[in-house]
Amino acid sequence: MSTSIFFEHLVQEDRVHRSIYTDPLIFELEMTHIFGGVWCYLAHESQLPRPDDYLTGKLGLRPIIVVRDSSGKLRALFNRCTHRGARVCRETRGSARTFQCPYHGWTYFNTGKLRGVPWPEGYACDFAEGKYNLAQVPRVESYRGFIFGTLNADAPPLGDYLGAAKRPIDEWLDRNPGSRVVVAEANRLKFKGNWKLAYDNAADGYHVVFSHRSLLETENRHAADPTKGMSFYMGKPDEAPMYVQYFGRGHHFKDKRPNVERRPGALWEIEGAQPGMAAYEKLIRERLGARALRALDLAASEPVNINIFPNLSILGNHIQVFQPLAVDETESVWYATAIVDEANELEGMADAVNAIRMRTQESFPNFGEVDDAANFEEIQKGLAACEDEWVYMHRGLGIPGRVQRLADGTLKAPATDEVFMREHMKEWQRLMTTRPNIQLSR
Amino acid sequence: MTYVNDRFYEELVASFSDWQRPELEVADVATRDECRRLLEREARLLDEGRYEDWLALYADECVVWVPAAERPGDPRREVSVFFDDRQRLEDRIFRLRTGKAWSQVPPSRTVRMVSNVEVFRAAEKLMVRSNLLLAELRAGETRQLAAWCAHRLAHGKIEAKQINLLERDQSLRNPSVLL
Repeated sequence: MSTSIFFEHLVQEDRVHRSIYTDPLIFELEMTHIFGGVWCYLAHESQLPRPDDYLTGKLGLRPIIVVRDSSGKLRALFNRCTHRGARVCRETRGSARTFQCPYHGWTYFNTGKLRGVPWPEGYACDFAEGKYNLAQVPRVESYRGFIFGTLNADAPPLGDYLGAAKRPIDEWLDRNPGSRVVVAEANRLKFKGNWKLAYDNAADGYHVVFSHRSLLETENRHAADPTKGMSFYMGKPDEAPMYVQYFGRGHHFKDKRPNVERRPGALWEIEGAQPGMAAYEKLIRERLGARALRALDLAASEPVNINIFPNLSILGNHIQVFQPLAVDETESVWYATAIVDEANELEGMADAVNAIRMRTQESFPNFGEVDDAANFEEIQKGLAACEDEWVYMHRGLGIPGRVQRLADGTLKAPATDEVFMREHMKEWQRLMTTRPNIQLSR
Repeated sequence: MTYVNDRFYEELVASFSDWQRPELEVADVATRDECRRLLEREARLLDEGRYEDWLALYADECVVWVPAAERPGDPRREVSVFFDDRQRLEDRIFRLRTGKAWSQVPPSRTVRMVSNVEVFRAAEKLMVRSNLLLAELRAGETRQLAAWCAHRLAHGKIEAKQINLLERDQSLRNPSVLL
């Protein structure tokens, strides 16, 4: 069977085959075709504010060092000594002009260029030749602070890759003072399940009232009428004004903002109870008067999920990153963001906003994500039933008028519809049957 | 509930900095024994799922703080694994009691071991350092979580507890048991 027929069989109009979540060989192909083939999110620029700052991570399973080199250029170096293959950098983050391999002492500048090797007279080769420099990701670009990289020489420019997803990213940034945020630590989770289970969930409005029932009940336990948090999913979520939009290239957007009145303070009103909320709200209101509502809204969770295939989800105030570890293990890191207010738009209240905002961001990873992750693990276990081959994602399929194609070519449907999953699976299938033009630079 | 404010955070960060100094150590056996018994009672109540009784060990204005950073900073500037005031601790218990917190359905079985208890007296408060090893059986697998803990006590109640997980800056699998 040719690979294209094979993958056509695995991804069908209404369902996908269980093996795309369970087969180690498919996972291995994904590391080349998906994580080697498209732009992947690597880091946020605020994590590397100065020249020589670096952090270590992975591109697919490839160990990398994301670094702002001494001249200020962003790079993603393979964290793998050219000599014998050991990781040259073993720290999580730091600042360094050079990286020296602890095994035989080969030393590299943070541009990746080989600086020198011990006792070079024992070699007949010319080390000035580029072939001994660290390998690196040939294309690293940043979109408004979000750093992406790709190994694929044929990938479109990053801006084209993001396409229509740039608009909600811009809106997410522009609501903040100075139109920017900085990363402020993270809630780091992992689960024994395939990475796509998290990506499939990223715009899923159908699971909320079931998977997150305990969170909804907790947030509303003192209220006569449930209005807090994601209560707008209760009742008839199919008919709620929120929607899901498919942007192409695997990216999608669940926009819950239409559920919330468009006026300052509306977002703050539905935020659940968080430590420090009362004292800081009082402080902010006393200081800012009528202008307090904008500040308080910045402490509340922004009701959007902007999902950039394959490994990034900008949701609430989080930058969530999906990191595959194995076919059945995935890390899901929820980087928190803080606001910075250099122009003093909030009249000295940015610290008070952040003091609340840190607590609002701890809420979902603690009271929501753990339940999703438990369900992802249970899917992975359920899929061990190998004769029961199919996983269905056909909610909304075949209902006339349910999915609209907008003038810009994007698709729009009720937030409880699985159209976004079907579409990213088509993209996954296309990528799995296309050989990326992988190039390394040195 | 308004006690979590700038002053609260400042005192918290200050009281959990630089307190394990030899000259502050409490040698009195009775005091040390009382602290150790409190920690052992806390571990037992959590292992038995007696969460309301457990919370009764805490002062009205209390916090359980689990930093996420390798070197914890000011919790107003960075997220923690969690930072729970009394209301959020009550929320956490309420959530587990809904029966729909799927990360704890069925509930994990746990065994907590508390050891290496050292007691210090700083700024009129007792500061207790201990090591915690928590074994958790969940869905047929046993895992363990290690931490060193700092309890700040006053008037026989726990005012603040800091849990410094060995894996605080690593990814945690289903961190949903009460700590």
